[in-house]
Amino acid sequence: MTNVSLENLTKFYPGETMPAVKNVSLQVESGSLTALLGPSACGKSTILKMIAGLLAPTSGNIRFDGQSILRLPPDRRDAVMVFQNHLLFPYMTAGENVGFGLKMRHRTRKEITQAVSRMLELVQLAGMEQRKPSQLSGGQQQRVALARALVLRPQILLLDEPFSNLDANLRLEMQQLLISLHQKLGTTMLFVTHDQEEAVSLSSRIALVLEGTLRQYAPAATLYDQPADREVAKFFGAKNFIPGNCTDGYFECALGCLALPEEASIAGKILTFRPENVILGTARNTENSFQATLMSKKFLGSQTRLELRKDAVTFQALLAPHIAEPLMEGSPVSVHLPRRSLWVLG
Amino acid sequence: MTMVEIRIRAEISRDGLSGPTWFALVLLISWLILPLIPLAVWSISRSWFFPDITPSAYSLRAWRYVFSSTSEVLPALGVTTLIALCATLLSAIIGLPAGRALGLYQFRGKSAVELLILAPTIVPGIAVALGLHVVFLNLGLAGSFLGVLIVHLIPTLPYMVLVMAGVFANYNPEIEAQARSLGADPFQTFYYVTLPAILPGLLIGSLFTFLVSWSQYILTLLIGGGRVVTLPLLLFNFASAGRNDITGAISMIYILPGVVLLLLGARHLTGRNTAAESLRQI
Repeated sequence: MTNVSLENLTKFYPGETMPAVKNVSLQVESGSLTALLGPSACGKSTILKMIAGLLAPTSGNIRFDGQSILRLPPDRRDAVMVFQNHLLFPYMTAGENVGFGLKMRHRTRKEITQAVSRMLELVQLAGMEQRKPSQLSGGQQQRVALARALVLRPQILLLDEPFSNLDANLRLEMQQLLISLHQKLGTTMLFVTHDQEEAVSLSSRIALVLEGTLRQYAPAATLYDQPADREVAKFFGAKNFIPGNCTDGYFECALGCLALPEEASIAGKILTFRPENVILGTARNTENSFQATLMSKKFLGSQTRLELRKDAVTFQALLAPHIAEPLMEGSPVSVHLPRRSLWVLG
Repeated sequence: MTMVEIRIRAEISRDGLSGPTWFALVLLISWLILPLIPLAVWSISRSWFFPDITPSAYSLRAWRYVFSSTSEVLPALGVTTLIALCATLLSAIIGLPAGRALGLYQFRGKSAVELLILAPTIVPGIAVALGLHVVFLNLGLAGSFLGVLIVHLIPTLPYMVLVMAGVFANYNPEIEAQARSLGADPFQTFYYVTLPAILPGLLIGSLFTFLVSWSQYILTLLIGGGRVVTLPLLLFNFASAGRNDITGAISMIYILPGVVLLLLGARHLTGRNTAAESLRQI
């Protein structure tokens, strides 16, 4: 259980003019499961490797419980990394793999055997000590890799896209396992992923990294409903950006004069709202309701995407298919935008 | 079990080896074994003259001489072995990091470095040795054990470096990062993680290196100046003196490490791992 804080962390790779990581400051709370989310090559793995000690930052500091750990080599940091590829040692059995770190710490054989069998049980691989990595399935290999890291009870567990090589069903299973391991052991975990659904379902807080900078660090719901800027909103699938002006708790734009929630910023020039929060059909509400024309409809499986137009402005809505079904393309619909679903970007 | 093994086993169990396989096997054996038979016979013959197929009289004279305290054969065997072992060790110490750099990393001038490393196998050794002889005389290395050892590195190093480059080309260095992260110090990481992965390649490189050093004649003669006497030098002396019986006996000793190392090496060549796989692709 450790507080991890990153302070103005910056990394230039040799020969590059743009930093891979730029001025990232982040507080990871003790015992939390935090996601570092971002598209590929945004610098999130670089951040992880700097915490693990596998890369040295160009500037900035990393502290565990207030103590700078920059001078410690990776084997003395107690920040254990689990890689995307399980990286099990092929010459050792599953049991020897899990016991590797304890053996390096010169624990007694009896102690290691007990810890290994307990940990294999926790990852649902009880009795598999003697298997070679090549005799295990992809999911089992990744579970051994998790056990190998967790058996050390590290100050922080760093996971670098650990499930992205697994197929969808297995990935869900492993996410459940990780959540239950986190609840049982209480280890501080930092989880790198490019998959926003994975980040949202796993973690209490998400740090969104775009192009080497930390854009927003907040609970998942905040990133959806109150994005810090347009790029964050776009990353989370926002499609509706309506230009206009804020005045006195209202937003003046082509859609009319819309009432804003109290938290919305005052200075912004762009209104955003999530397509799934748009309410269509018989609107009795007076506030934030208007008429628009349904331009097109696209069935997406679990949802139907609708394109709507009012004057020169088009925007999108997502509806359950059975609700969207009777609406006709080209006909007028009444639209309601709940006050709480609106957000203004600077 | 690899696919090839499975197929060979299936073939044997079904109807023995096929025609072409038998042919290749017989050809290989006669190529390797037949030339040795006359040498073996010579080593135990007393008199053997031209039209006869077998010697007219046998004796262990040559063998008695080889193992007698007056002959130089046993000391030469010792010197040859020691030089070959030292050359192998030094080649491994230099060739492992060099091969790692060539196999894992892209850097400016890499192809030039590769060419330089290959050069000793292309440039005639005698030309290099004649030039080096002058340098070694100035350094006081000519005629010394150390001088001979250093000059043996010229032909042995390329083998080690190239084999190790092949091994490291199929090696994922992230597994070392993983070991460090799990708490292994650099030495533990090398011993428990790197070494097991590269061991088959390292053994094969060492095998080549040992035998290349073992069979050096011209470099040893020029730099050793007759003061460092190895088995090939002795062998050449007796062969040019027409002592076919002693030549035969020394030859038998001379081929021994090659046969032993090959048998040992063959077992490790069948080891199944990515590093060994990459060797087969070379």
